[in-house]
Amino acid sequence: MPVSKNDVKYIAALARIDVPEDKLEGFTKSLAGIIQYVEQLQKLDVDQVKPTSHAVPVGNVLRPDKVKPSLTNQEALAIAVEAKDGSFKVPLVIE
Amino acid sequence: MNLHSLTAHALLDLFKSGKASAKEAYEAVLGRIKTVDPRVKAYVHMAHSKPDFQGEMPIPIAIKDNLCTKQEEITCASRILKGFRSPYDAGVIERVKKSGGSILGIVNMDEFAFGSSCETSCYGPTFNPWDLQCVPGGSSGGSAASVAADEAMWALGSDTGGSIRQPASFCGIVGLKPTYGRVSRYGLIAFASSLDQIGPLTKDVRDCALLMNIIAGYDERDSTSVNEPVPDFTKALVNDVRGLKIGIPKEAFVDGLDPEVRRSVEEALDLLKKLGAVIKEVSLPHTPYAVATYYIVATAEASSNLARFDGVRYGLRAQPSRVRKNALVDMYEETRSLGFGDEAKRRIMLGTYALSSGYYDAYYLRGQKVRTLIKNDLDEVFKDCDVIMTPTSPTVAFKVGEKLSDPLSMYLSDIYTIPANLAGIPAISIPCGFSQSGLPIGLQLMGKAFDEEMLLRVSYTYEQNTEWHLKKPNL
Repeated sequence: MPVSKNDVKYIAALARIDVPEDKLEGFTKSLAGIIQYVEQLQKLDVDQVKPTSHAVPVGNVLRPDKVKPSLTNQEALAIAVEAKDGSFKVPLVIE
Repeated sequence: MNLHSLTAHALLDLFKSGKASAKEAYEAVLGRIKTVDPRVKAYVHMAHSKPDFQGEMPIPIAIKDNLCTKQEEITCASRILKGFRSPYDAGVIERVKKSGGSILGIVNMDEFAFGSSCETSCYGPTFNPWDLQCVPGGSSGGSAASVAADEAMWALGSDTGGSIRQPASFCGIVGLKPTYGRVSRYGLIAFASSLDQIGPLTKDVRDCALLMNIIAGYDERDSTSVNEPVPDFTKALVNDVRGLKIGIPKEAFVDGLDPEVRRSVEEALDLLKKLGAVIKEVSLPHTPYAVATYYIVATAEASSNLARFDGVRYGLRAQPSRVRKNALVDMYEETRSLGFGDEAKRRIMLGTYALSSGYYDAYYLRGQKVRTLIKNDLDEVFKDCDVIMTPTSPTVAFKVGEKLSDPLSMYLSDIYTIPANLAGIPAISIPCGFSQSGLPIGLQLMGKAFDEEMLLRVSYTYEQNTEWHLKKPNL
């Protein structure tokens, strides 16, 4: 599956990454190389094989819904880019 | 006596007999850091809080820059997390602090653990203590270099595809990736959640067992933590491999393996045979597909995990100067473009591609299926073997800059280590020789899930009958 510059632009937009024109060629080349390498997986017959998402079988893990000590408001907001009135202040989402 | 050059267990003996104090040891290591770190560059910053030297095991320790440590700046060596002061301790950090561990500082890594050379860090590279022209390996390069250079008694790292074992091998020390679920990932900044595991990097096998005793155990805050009984790992330190079966996969000894590495591993095999182990040739037919599988599965998980770094709540937030798409999307894109380095961008894009509509079945789903085949291969071999032995990495440490422009050749550096992550099994790297150029060589042992004890036993026996682990770099 060849990878074009337009493919990279499309993937970059999905991933919310801005790839400037002068880096487009380099990323296209390296991604194409890696994707070509992983093409070897197409050689294997996996029709009857179940996928593994976790090496150790895991299911839903539940815990009692009890109130426990946690970070204080002040501790949590200490890492905020912007805070106001005890809350994280986020950029305008709906214009 | 140079306290900084001792192992943790030797130090503990001195503390017990009153011949040295924890404070003296801590200060000796700080002095060592001052002398050699300007050349090695293992640390990204020293700890803000000073230890109190209480607790049973007040051992000076270095922490990888992706393990949340309260009040320390933890950045995954990425600009996007610059200024992030963790408001809490990771599960392993709590355990280290409870044991009395003295946290020296935070050590370097490849950005978000994306790399095998410690060169993709936003702080610049760490250098190999054995040859400052060479890389220390990665991604836990700072952890490995700090221990090898006696700038820490031991260190914590994380391993997603070999990130503890390969740098341990390049730096001539011991590195263990525990079974998936053995050590809590709570507070480890995630790369690939189904593969990541925290583990020890130490000067010898006894220290590895001691540090495992501190960090292993169930934690309800990590839903993938497994509630298995935790043994006293030091009980596994038995100098005896008689009758144990060691599997040697024929796929491991092929083209691309450095002849010096091959010779050292074969010599180690001969020694273990002399000591009474039974050597068995085995086959892991799907392991040649491990690197390709990994770069689908790991990048897919990474692209999802790293979506949280968007400039909204914490870390870097860019202020776009002009509107391109809309204000919010521009902010996301500029933040992530400024914040992530090229390798992080490459992996996020690769993972996004593998998960994107139209390619999901061909890449991600297929990758997960081949993961099953690789795991089945290992399960089959472990029906009749106690451990599987391979080189840790196909080469010794390479030169700084040598592989940076060729991502694929960098990825192949993890060809032997990746299968253990895909299968969730434990694996250890121990020193087994040196190249003509004086660089360390490591061998890898893989074990059955939750059987770290077997790895420690075989490693300990090998170590008791060799002297590689006693060699020190000339710094």
